Amino acid sequence: MEFSELIKTATVEKALLWRPGLDTPVTGTLCVTSHHLLLSSCPRGDLELWLLIRNVDAVEKRCRSSPRLSPRVCPLAVSGVPLTLSCRMSPLLSPWAAPGSVLPLPRLQNLGWYQPPRTGASLRDTRVSGSSGTITLRCKDLKVLQLEIPGMEQCLNIASSIEALSSVDSVMMMYPFFYRPPSLRLEQGWHQFPLETFFQRLCSRSSQWRLSTVNRDFGACPSYPEAVIVPAAVGDDTVTKAARFRQGGRFPVLSYFHPKNGTALLRSSQPLTGHNRRRCPEDEKILGTILDEGERGFIIDTRSAQAAKQARMGGGGTEPKSAYPQWRRLHRALERGRPLQESFSRLVEACSEPCVSMDRWLTRLDGSRWLSHVKAALSTACLAAQCLDREDCKVLVHGAEGTDTTLLVTALAQLILDPCCRSLQGFLGLLEREWIQAGHPFQLRCARSASSHARSKQEAPVFLLFLDCVWQLSRQFPFSLEFGEELLLTLFDNAYASAYGTFLCNNEKERRLCKVKESTHSLWAWLNQPEEKQKYLNPLYSHNPLVIWPSVEPQSIQLWQGLFLRWIRPSQHLDEAWREIRRLVEGNNNSTQESTGKRLSQPLPDSTAGTEDGR
Amino acid sequence: VENVRLLDRFSSRRAVVGTLYLTATHVIFVENGSETRKETWVLHSQISSIEKQATTATGCPLLIRCKNFQVIQLVIPQERDCHDVYISLIRLARPVKYEELYCFSFNPKLDKEEREQGWKLVDLNEEYNRMGVPNSYWQISDVNRDYGVCDSYPTEVYVPKSATAHIIVGSSKFRSRRRFPALSYYCKGNNASICRSSQPLSGFSARCLEDEQMLQAIRKANPGSDFIYVVDTRPKLNAMANRAAGKGYENEDNYSNIKFQFIGIENIHVMRNSLQKMLEVCELKSPSMSDFLWGLENSGWLKHIKAIMDAGIFIAKAVAEEGVSVLVHCSDGWDRTAQVCSVASLLLDPYYRTMKGFMVLIEKDWVSFGHKFNHRYGNLDGDPKEISPVIDQFIECVWQLMEQFPCAFEFNERFLIHIQHHIYSCQFGNFLCNSQKERRELKIKERTYSLWAHLWKNRADYLNPLYRSDHSQSQGTLHPQIAPCNFLYKFWSGMYNRFEKGLHPRQSVTDYLMAVKEETQQLEEELEVLQERLANLQKSQSGNNKVKSKQEDRSKQFGLYTSNNSLANTPQEYSSDLKSFPSRSPSQGDEDSALILTQDNLKSSDPDLSANSDQESGVEDLSCKSPSGGGCLPSEDSGKDSDEAVFLAG
Repeated sequence: MEFSELIKTATVEKALLWRPGLDTPVTGTLCVTSHHLLLSSCPRGDLELWLLIRNVDAVEKRCRSSPRLSPRVCPLAVSGVPLTLSCRMSPLLSPWAAPGSVLPLPRLQNLGWYQPPRTGASLRDTRVSGSSGTITLRCKDLKVLQLEIPGMEQCLNIASSIEALSSVDSVMMMYPFFYRPPSLRLEQGWHQFPLETFFQRLCSRSSQWRLSTVNRDFGACPSYPEAVIVPAAVGDDTVTKAARFRQGGRFPVLSYFHPKNGTALLRSSQPLTGHNRRRCPEDEKILGTILDEGERGFIIDTRSAQAAKQARMGGGGTEPKSAYPQWRRLHRALERGRPLQESFSRLVEACSEPCVSMDRWLTRLDGSRWLSHVKAALSTACLAAQCLDREDCKVLVHGAEGTDTTLLVTALAQLILDPCCRSLQGFLGLLEREWIQAGHPFQLRCARSASSHARSKQEAPVFLLFLDCVWQLSRQFPFSLEFGEELLLTLFDNAYASAYGTFLCNNEKERRLCKVKESTHSLWAWLNQPEEKQKYLNPLYSHNPLVIWPSVEPQSIQLWQGLFLRWIRPSQHLDEAWREIRRLVEGNNNSTQESTGKRLSQPLPDSTAGTEDGR
Repeated sequence: VENVRLLDRFSSRRAVVGTLYLTATHVIFVENGSETRKETWVLHSQISSIEKQATTATGCPLLIRCKNFQVIQLVIPQERDCHDVYISLIRLARPVKYEELYCFSFNPKLDKEEREQGWKLVDLNEEYNRMGVPNSYWQISDVNRDYGVCDSYPTEVYVPKSATAHIIVGSSKFRSRRRFPALSYYCKGNNASICRSSQPLSGFSARCLEDEQMLQAIRKANPGSDFIYVVDTRPKLNAMANRAAGKGYENEDNYSNIKFQFIGIENIHVMRNSLQKMLEVCELKSPSMSDFLWGLENSGWLKHIKAIMDAGIFIAKAVAEEGVSVLVHCSDGWDRTAQVCSVASLLLDPYYRTMKGFMVLIEKDWVSFGHKFNHRYGNLDGDPKEISPVIDQFIECVWQLMEQFPCAFEFNERFLIHIQHHIYSCQFGNFLCNSQKERRELKIKERTYSLWAHLWKNRADYLNPLYRSDHSQSQGTLHPQIAPCNFLYKFWSGMYNRFEKGLHPRQSVTDYLMAVKEETQQLEEELEVLQERLANLQKSQSGNNKVKSKQEDRSKQFGLYTSNNSLANTPQEYSSDLKSFPSRSPSQGDEDSALILTQDNLKSSDPDLSANSDQESGVEDLSCKSPSGGGCLPSEDSGKDSDEAVFLAG
């Protein structure tokens, strides 16, 4: 397949682009390339806007012979919604960026309520007479763009080109395989978080576990990485047999070792007990050897008891008490799949509706159920963490496939328990280990975002739900995470559309087949560049060695406005506040540095160094 | 004073045993057993309701709800004792004479002069001068000397120069409670003003020449505009209903050059019920997300807050952008009018966003213009239908604005919460009575202390670290969003779940930044001193070695100092109270750690404690700690049990 086949019209003159609410539309030459939509402003050519076509979630077109404003846009424009063109602009972060790295569009100030109502007259003036069409692009990062294209046929051509290009599903055709940033080397960042390092930290404290290569060539489980950590007491052949008893071969592996009391968090998929209550001695052995005589463990099933029972009809099921006498099962129903995707869509829809009354807003927020999902995910993760930290019990987490809610719970529990995961590097390592390597099917789950109508059954914003929960933690513990909201937003954007290969494919096996690690750049390498990294750090961070127990009461769970209202709410005043915080904290560090430096005639890194000195 | 052994229980499981004392002013509960003997003090005037519930096997439960949104549940073993406590509290919580209130016995050990200074901190004359009146358009009228015209107005009011005493008196007769139009805020820049009054007694057709002249005079006082807005803050339906009772609103045909506008803010009864519903939601035991959101919406509370904000925004816009004067009224002009005028002033004038300015604002728009504090906040036993959270709503509006403009206010959330607390506490005389007249008669200033002086003394605790007087947000008018803005109005758990500390972010950015700011300042000072010394030393040409050793000396001291400082302020300490949370783990945690934790809590994270340095005043704030003990995962415990059942069955 050639991209050129998909591009029906490559360039259009005098196209007009704006974001609803933004008052200065840009006119220029529109250009469709294999991976980008480009707009170069005319006549001056001082602006160049880039949109990764992969970022387009849905294309809506409206053609008419006489130009007028589309009704969807009108209320927004007239009410003078102050939209700030985001400052999050870099070739990576933003789909729009000039090659010159400086943001070409002026940052809009708060337009406030006394902005004279815009009637769209200026739009009309600049518009060519005759037929034209409007294309609305709903992006996966929840941004909405409007294109006004002269000529009905051109408009339809452009729309169908974008549609076709955005739904190319061959991995090897995607942009990461073509993107070659000059500042990075291809191999950089791909092997930054090897499981071996993680294992070494663990084996210095416990000999109960071993690093196994049973999954070399992905024979035992296609969605696991090649290296996994299993109980030292069981051999690889046992593991291989146990894998056949678990859906997708996802046998129980170690997810996290809790150094405080030596307990461990494991994850797997559901056992294939089926309606005839099959048993598997090897699987029972794996779970049995983990526990000492008389010790108890908890199995947290992320389905309701009812759903787990029903799964038997499909060959799945749960661990029966008789076969696993030392394990107690707890059920916590977490939504996934279609209902979660619909919840996401409903929330985005509610957020983008400009003129709902106060009453309806809360109803719709509630109706989307998104916050309920956040609450449930956090509660379950807390439960797992509690069992580990307070009950000194080992915990096994699984749902059905063990690739979605399971990972949500294990990753969150680690963030709550382990201070190492709360540093920037630790968090990226956690993502690599618990999401990417662990085989969360990113390609399937993140193929479409909230506004796409053509949906398969596979999409679900599980990863977004995880990011939201992390955001909730960062709100409740503003000093305990080394990274800020900016990183979470970047991860969200890149999971759905990226120039980097990190979130490509569904598991390590596929990544091997597609040579992702050889032919694309790693997002981690990009993020770890010193000047990039700076943007993602939380100025308030200070290492907190304790467990961070969040509150999961409804009063404490808030809508993540920074994400869901990123393109809608004015953020100027909040940005100013963050700048102020940075100024305060950095001012402090600087002056500390200065004075320490003066005093000791040799510079100390920061105030903490001085503090330790004092002790 | 009764001496009863008590169980204090809040959430399902954790309970402490202690002793309950009733004093003339407080209910005090002292925990037994623990070394700290944690104490919970509740002022009688804070009690809003007491409920005796059905006796159980463990004893007789007593539920005390406070006006500062604290809820205390006691179980008293003997029913007879419980009844006695109940009866006493009912009597104590509803004083009938002002003299019974705490402020008449409260003595912070200040001498007479200090007390007088305290009352002088907020001076309204000064404030009107700051606004730029009197000037060629506005003057003080002495028509209300001795409260002869309107007994709920102050003696000194500003009116347009062209309004003669005859006009004022005539106009006052045509207004409810004789509350004639008077100046609330004057905008120096463009002569536009905000005036306030009560509704006109227009009925279906009545007119009053003097009242019409009065409005003309207000318009003429702003030569830049040829009309004024008359804003009726009531829903139109309510205003029309009032016409049947001989009251109502201005008819545009009778008044020349006015533009009339309704802004539907509901009345005090609707607001009272709304708050009641919202508090019920807050009290739900382990609610689901839906329970909460649905309940919040159903209460309508945020909708009402938004209505008040919208009215303020409308007026601020008229004054700042259009340069048009506004006359605001509701029915009596002392509730919604006060809310709306003060929100508008706050948006318009950065001075009111400073700590001192905010005190002035409350003094001006609420205290001096006869907001009925006694009736609204039930300080004395009275008609429960008069009670309504009017100023609470205003305070929440300020908080909502603080959320939107984090750098615009000199003060922080704690400042608002403490003001709210003291509006109900009756510990200071500021908010006693219903009008200036009553306060003068009671000789409040001679017999009680001023809250403003108390807050001012502790102002370091109330500073917003992000505020800078040269920041753009602390200049000029604030422009809040009007659409889309629903999501901007949020539930204020810091206020309504104030005592459930487990619900709040565990680490306070404000406190941390404040500490950082202080530290920076100290370091800078230190640096200056050192530089000076260095310069001196170099001048005196003393040996290099000596300089070095001295410097090192210094740095050692300094290092110690910073370490103390950072220990006292960095997040590590806040996180110590995290531990209180897991003590609710399935195993109930071990008693020891729980006790240590409460100590930590008491020492570190209760802002109320640190905010009140002197013993006497600290006392009332020493209210009980998060009784839910971190409040997380209540569902876990119960859920676990039920799961076990499933598990056993399966």
